[in-house]
Amino acid sequence: MAKAEAESQTVQDYIVHHLANLTWGRHPDGHWGLAHTPEEAAEMGFLAIHVDTMGWSLAIGAAFLLWFRWVGLRATAHKPGAIQNFVEMIFEFVDNRVSEGFMFKNRLIAPLSLTLFIWILLMNTMDLVPVDWITGIAALIGEHVFGFHHMPFKIVPTTDPNITMGMALNVFLLVIWYSIKNKGLGGFLGELAFHPFGKWMMPFNLMIEIPTLLAKPVSLGLRLFGNLYAGELLFLLIAALLGLYQLPAHFVWAVFHLLVVPLQAFVFMMLTIVYLNAAHEPAH
Amino acid sequence: MNINLTIIGQSIAFAVFVWFCVKHVWPLFANVLEERKRTIADGLEAAAEGERKLESASRDSAERLEQAKASAADIIDQANRRAAQIIDDAKQQARVEADRIMAANQAEIEQEANRAREELRGQVSVIAIAGAEKVLGRAIDQSANEAMLNELAAEL
Repeated sequence: MAKAEAESQTVQDYIVHHLANLTWGRHPDGHWGLAHTPEEAAEMGFLAIHVDTMGWSLAIGAAFLLWFRWVGLRATAHKPGAIQNFVEMIFEFVDNRVSEGFMFKNRLIAPLSLTLFIWILLMNTMDLVPVDWITGIAALIGEHVFGFHHMPFKIVPTTDPNITMGMALNVFLLVIWYSIKNKGLGGFLGELAFHPFGKWMMPFNLMIEIPTLLAKPVSLGLRLFGNLYAGELLFLLIAALLGLYQLPAHFVWAVFHLLVVPLQAFVFMMLTIVYLNAAHEPAH
Repeated sequence: MNINLTIIGQSIAFAVFVWFCVKHVWPLFANVLEERKRTIADGLEAAAEGERKLESASRDSAERLEQAKASAADIIDQANRRAAQIIDDAKQQARVEADRIMAANQAEIEQEANRAREELRGQVSVIAIAGAEKVLGRAIDQSANEAMLNELAAEL
């Protein structure tokens, strides 16, 4: 399928198609609807939503949480089954990382870390689904049902910066909230203004500390996005350029990606724990 | 790759999912693991307790065995002493009885002998007179010789 498509369109078309989102939003003329071309999607500006990545994100998150709850409701202390053992293994893995990295008492941190880790892990795993399976089927449906020429349909939510930055934004808000709560507003602002060089160097301190603070969510969100986007792009390049020889190349890159997928989920979780721990430390 | 409402949507979804995890997922497993930890701790505690009990019970039973042995030895000792005493008593009684029977027999024999002697003594004068009559060939006046005969009888 990829080959046939690649012949009927240029490589650039193919890649652009696969990297675009199915967007629903407000057209410039005021009515709400799906964007039929990347240009239409761009014209919508902020008042638009990526139906594909948002949908997959919600579906994956809900599925994982409901499944965990289903397992949790049937969990017993004395006779754990295989599935319960599996979930408990993940649970204890996350719990241990939190108790190692987070030195304070906060009942939110551990469930937050679990949600982040598994959700991101599963969203990243969508990257290992061959690039044209679901996207191809969706494009066929789009063509015959909605009258698209090439309906885009991204299935890896973490290749959408909206998704990764959305999560990073929440972590950032929590960092600010807990900083103010634990250090006081004065303590929080003091850390920005009077460190590392004392109050006479305040402008200089602010120049250092504010970017440091803002770098937290950006590094969280863009690291995840960048890794997964690059991974997806390479899969697309292989699919578009290598023709029949793409299978071994896909295999090699997929094996490598098997490392990237859990690693990035883990890094996102660990950084969140570290940032929130710093937000709980008493003011200097 | 535009930034749009999706970022807000994801942010809200994230908040809801975390809330759901805090309320409805995390506690389930935390409780199960806590309960298992408690069960294991209780089990180990009970095992240690059982061991302590076993030790004290075996100490107790050894003590009781010792006591039982001592009291059994005591009882046997007492029984032996009692048996010896009963035998002694029986011997004593038998000896007394034998003495009594022997004394009674002795007395009877003596009595018998005395009676025989008295009888003989009564018949001596008659025999003497009859003998004398044979010797003299005539009757002897018994009354005339009464004194002499009585003297003779008394000598017997």
